[in-house]
Amino acid sequence: MAAGHAHALYVHGHSPVHRLAPEVKVAAAFLFVIGVALTPNEGTWAFAVDALALVVVVRLAELPLRFVASRALVVLPFVVFAVFIPFIASGDRVEVLGVAVSAEGLAAARAIIAKSVIGASTTVVLAGTTETPAVMAGLARLRVPAVLTTIATFMIRYLEVLTGELGRMRTAMTARGYDPRWLWQVKPIASSAGALFVRSYERGERVHAAMLARGFTGEMPAPSLRHGDARQWLAVLWLPAVSMAATVGTVAGL
Amino acid sequence: MTVPTPAPVIDLDGVGFTYPDGHRALDGFTLTVGAGESVAVLGPNGSGKTTFALHLNGIHELQEGRAAISGLPIADGHLPEIRRRVGMVFQDTDDQLFMPSVREDVAFGPHNLGLRDGELDARVVEALEMVGASGLIDRAPHHLSGGERRRVALATVLSMRPDVLVLDEPTSGLDPAGRRELAGVLATLPITKLLITHDLPFALELCDRAIIVSGGRVVADGSCVDILADEPLLHAHRLELPLGFDPRAGWAARRTP
Repeated sequence: MAAGHAHALYVHGHSPVHRLAPEVKVAAAFLFVIGVALTPNEGTWAFAVDALALVVVVRLAELPLRFVASRALVVLPFVVFAVFIPFIASGDRVEVLGVAVSAEGLAAARAIIAKSVIGASTTVVLAGTTETPAVMAGLARLRVPAVLTTIATFMIRYLEVLTGELGRMRTAMTARGYDPRWLWQVKPIASSAGALFVRSYERGERVHAAMLARGFTGEMPAPSLRHGDARQWLAVLWLPAVSMAATVGTVAGL
Repeated sequence: MTVPTPAPVIDLDGVGFTYPDGHRALDGFTLTVGAGESVAVLGPNGSGKTTFALHLNGIHELQEGRAAISGLPIADGHLPEIRRRVGMVFQDTDDQLFMPSVREDVAFGPHNLGLRDGELDARVVEALEMVGASGLIDRAPHHLSGGERRRVALATVLSMRPDVLVLDEPTSGLDPAGRRELAGVLATLPITKLLITHDLPFALELCDRAIIVSGGRVVADGSCVDILADEPLLHAHRLELPLGFDPRAGWAARRTP
């Protein structure tokens, strides 16, 4: 509750990036990440260029670099396996710190880590400069089906309510002496997950009734935010252009 | 000279309702509420109070009997207008407030009525002013305190300019100060009110009339103070006054501010 009206990832600010229309930011971030993802494994300098472009955006957004870096670390558990690739992969061997590893595997590991860190950082910058409802509005304006954005909006709205309910259930279990240490003690957790599902389902029904009571007909109102003009679209064009050019450059063998 | 009497705001006659599981929730429910009245709806848990409330704006479809709001029958053809006329404030504010910001939540109802832009903004501002919550307009509903949420929930239906306000357990989970603020806000609203509650002193403070619902029908209907002073009647329907609370004294205190 300490975050006031903001969401956990949002950093309040008035930078040029904050002021951009949400659909412009979402599109730019998405295309930039596509460019990064398409980069071939051997494109070492391409990743450096992409990372540099992202650092420029972070500076423009007036976000602390440390903040972005720490948030982007969430990808770490998912890329741990990449560390093993150089040892497992076959092909030519190279020596790194006296250990022979697969050259191909090394490049693959490097690319996986670079792509995921740059990709995650991009979303952190997007979330840090755009409030969640605005991101949803941006997606809707980019013709993402309304059903998907509505579901996502509700999920975000009720995530805290659900976490609260889960927390209270856990407290209630702990208060009655439940302190699971072993796998065979897991049953209460499983049944509480079931109970949580039923509670969520019932809440869904009640929320729907509350919406009907206020005349809901199936269409959610779109938040009134300014649309991006041609100037804004031109202003963000460079970002996806950089990652696309880096990809093309690598493919062309520069 | 005869003046045509206006249709009652709420007019239910012999309404019956059976849930799909066979539970008979309403059985010959008859109630008439005139414009400007404040009526407390009292009754034990499971007596049919909430089922009754869900009939008022057509969320439960009418199975038996007759029901109308300000002369308009509650039926499929004009549900949008019925839902504008009946402002329902649900018990759990987490159910009521589902939009990401207070502004959007208060705008949700009038937006469904077809209001847009300046007109819509004016409605939102007006409704929040009525409940003294203008300062909360850009907050996220789930980050508000219990009392603030309750007042914002009230604003989300006031923005539809309803004929009648239906409040389901409005004081549940409120601290004494929040309860006091809510009473203050409700007392100033010049609108027909239906207050479903177990909080008998709160009912006495805001309502002139009270009904007791039991077994899916209205079993008592009279002045709020008379009903609350009738101890055998209350006990027969699992209702109790707080220890030492004297409804007559409370009534007198309310009359002399």
